[in-house]
Amino acid sequence: MEKDGRLKTISAKGLHYRQLNEEIRKVLEEGYQQIKIMDVNGQRYIGSGLTFSDRILEIYGTPGNDLGAFMNGLTIRVFGNAQDGTANTMNGGEIVIYGSTGDLVGYGMRGGRVFIRGSAGYRVGIHMKEYEDKIPVIVIGGNTGDFLGEYMAGGRIIVLNLESQGDATGYFCGTGMHGGIIYIRGTVPEHRLGKEVKLTDINEEDIAILKEHLIDFARYFGISLEYLISEKFYKLVPYNKRPYGRLYAY
Amino acid sequence: MKTLYESDFIVIRDEIRCIRCKVCVRQCANEVHQYDEEDDRVIAENSRCVGCHRCVTLCPTKAITIIRNPLDFRENYQWTARAIKDIYKQAETGGILLTGMGNDKEYPIYWDRLLINASQVTNPSIDPLREPMELKTFIGRKPEKLEFDNYGRLITEIPPQLELEVPIMFSAMSFGSISINACESLARASVEVGTFWNTGEGGLHKKLYPYKERAIVQCASGRFGVDVEYLNAGSAIEIKIGQGAKPGIGGHLPGEKVGEEVSQTRMIPIGTDAISPAPHHDIYSIEDLRQLIYALKEAVNYKKPVGVKIAAVHNVSAIASGIARAGADYIAIDGFRGGTGAAPTRIRDNVGIPVELALASVDTRLREEGLRNQISLIVGGSIRNSADVIKAIALGADAVYIATSALVALGCHLCQNCHTGKCNWGIATQDPNLVKRLNPDIGAKRASNLLKAWSHEIKEMLGGMGINALESLRGNRLMLRGVGLNEKELEILGIKHAGEGI
Repeated sequence: MEKDGRLKTISAKGLHYRQLNEEIRKVLEEGYQQIKIMDVNGQRYIGSGLTFSDRILEIYGTPGNDLGAFMNGLTIRVFGNAQDGTANTMNGGEIVIYGSTGDLVGYGMRGGRVFIRGSAGYRVGIHMKEYEDKIPVIVIGGNTGDFLGEYMAGGRIIVLNLESQGDATGYFCGTGMHGGIIYIRGTVPEHRLGKEVKLTDINEEDIAILKEHLIDFARYFGISLEYLISEKFYKLVPYNKRPYGRLYAY
Repeated sequence: MKTLYESDFIVIRDEIRCIRCKVCVRQCANEVHQYDEEDDRVIAENSRCVGCHRCVTLCPTKAITIIRNPLDFRENYQWTARAIKDIYKQAETGGILLTGMGNDKEYPIYWDRLLINASQVTNPSIDPLREPMELKTFIGRKPEKLEFDNYGRLITEIPPQLELEVPIMFSAMSFGSISINACESLARASVEVGTFWNTGEGGLHKKLYPYKERAIVQCASGRFGVDVEYLNAGSAIEIKIGQGAKPGIGGHLPGEKVGEEVSQTRMIPIGTDAISPAPHHDIYSIEDLRQLIYALKEAVNYKKPVGVKIAAVHNVSAIASGIARAGADYIAIDGFRGGTGAAPTRIRDNVGIPVELALASVDTRLREEGLRNQISLIVGGSIRNSADVIKAIALGADAVYIATSALVALGCHLCQNCHTGKCNWGIATQDPNLVKRLNPDIGAKRASNLLKAWSHEIKEMLGGMGINALESLRGNRLMLRGVGLNEKELEILGIKHAGEGI
């Protein structure tokens, strides 16, 4: 397309989310490679359901809930904080947040990656799943609240707890988890864990997985990879794939 | 452990008629019939029989019949055989009792306490065979008012609608809970009759994409198979909050049933449990529901109606009001008789309320709040025939959902063992040898026949009332009278007792 490579700037000031998202869709369909959205102030559903794998949205301000919900391919960079429901049921693409996010990051997420420089709220990565080559990843620079990885069925969550303002996760971490891996830099006290998960040491394979994603985390946020991996990582995995397999009378 | 659970059924074989062809042996996935070569006779292991009648139907000489086990416990009003046997089963397994299909207990069936009006002398009845009858139904949000330009052209933008030729749709049954041939049968019947089928929460099988124009795709708490392609495939999106057979609890497709095809459709690895959490963890309030409704609308660029399905529970009318305010295009209410591929027996039999009462109370509430015109109402979970459909419409429904009736049309005998995955009729199973027993050509024919037969009957009854368009019956409760109902029931249903005039 002739407009490839061109940059377009949109102001979100005073726009309802529906107007803003229509505008974003239109500009992407026109073929702009990179779109800067200024003055974002709580508009919801930015990037929702979009499939534009090679394009970049840069958001300045605070996007509203459900950023990148059902998203299928797009890179979103948020220069600010994000609110709740980021990457809800996301299937592909990448979201990079230079601040923190609210609750419910990556609910039911099946593909793509989310990088958060700061912390995330409660209910992060609930029912994340994976299928064939789709393995979703969430990397959190700070810490998270309760219910991290509840019902988790696949994918990878990495919690770095960089500023170390207390424990890396809240309570009920990994409750009902039956697939996927949660990596934690430093450790988590046993009483914070759900009864379906165990805390174990990492192996060579895990280090390769961590490096694959932390290289990008380091690059995006200007932190050295050596520093990120200087501390010991642990991983949380489910005891088995069928936590509720023997519950019923046949 | 020796089981104390004596068989539910006894297989009776007429030895004179039996020609030892072993059809019954091959047909029974529960392995009830076994051929004894030494004695040259077929013997039955009664304890495995679920009473599905597959062998009875297929026996070429009609040598088999099945009766309920006449073995009686001492007579006891409180301690029925069912109550005792359930305890034996739990004492022997330590497990939650599971069952399939809908609540089979003796709660009132309000459909059977409602009677339909007809014209006599005044307001003459109409003969649908010679006069046009309108059953067409639109499901979707209706604008508050219509505006036209100076040339009389409509300028109001009409929100997306589902256009139904008959007011009956097939309700949600996932591929996984039922077989691909059962899904295909209903999908093809929908295309033929001009109605819709519903994918359930298991994703859309590639083989069913040709029928996607007639599909409603579900988005449930597990988000299985939900991606943009799927959301855009159907003609509407349904957020599944609850189901009449198991309100308030999640779903759980055991790993054994997640074979290659189910795995592809749900987009999860083979052999893992498909666990649907009890709530959507992104919905803890009406405001959150609104957020998901609009996230879905944004994802499909406002091109499809987004509905919300809930189970009929005590506070259903307030919840429905919230759903209407949250921006949904339709509400589907599933009554406590609604079927399931698997539910804990105690929940199926004890949780929720009859859909007749739920429907009347929701319709009344939405009218009182001035919301009824904006949103469509679909009810399901106990519709057995065309008279039930008429009564539902008169109580205020725009359309009905059927599932059990549809499966019965395909050959289901209501043995209530869907959860075992050994359906001998090829419906509630993923075993390829069983699935192929249901021919989708025949299944589609049987299901469409049912809908056509019901629409004829609906037209007859409408004509009898002197009504020529279904729209005129919608919420027209004067066309109903109750029999044997108390004051409170009549009040909730918003109808008079039989014998009372206008």
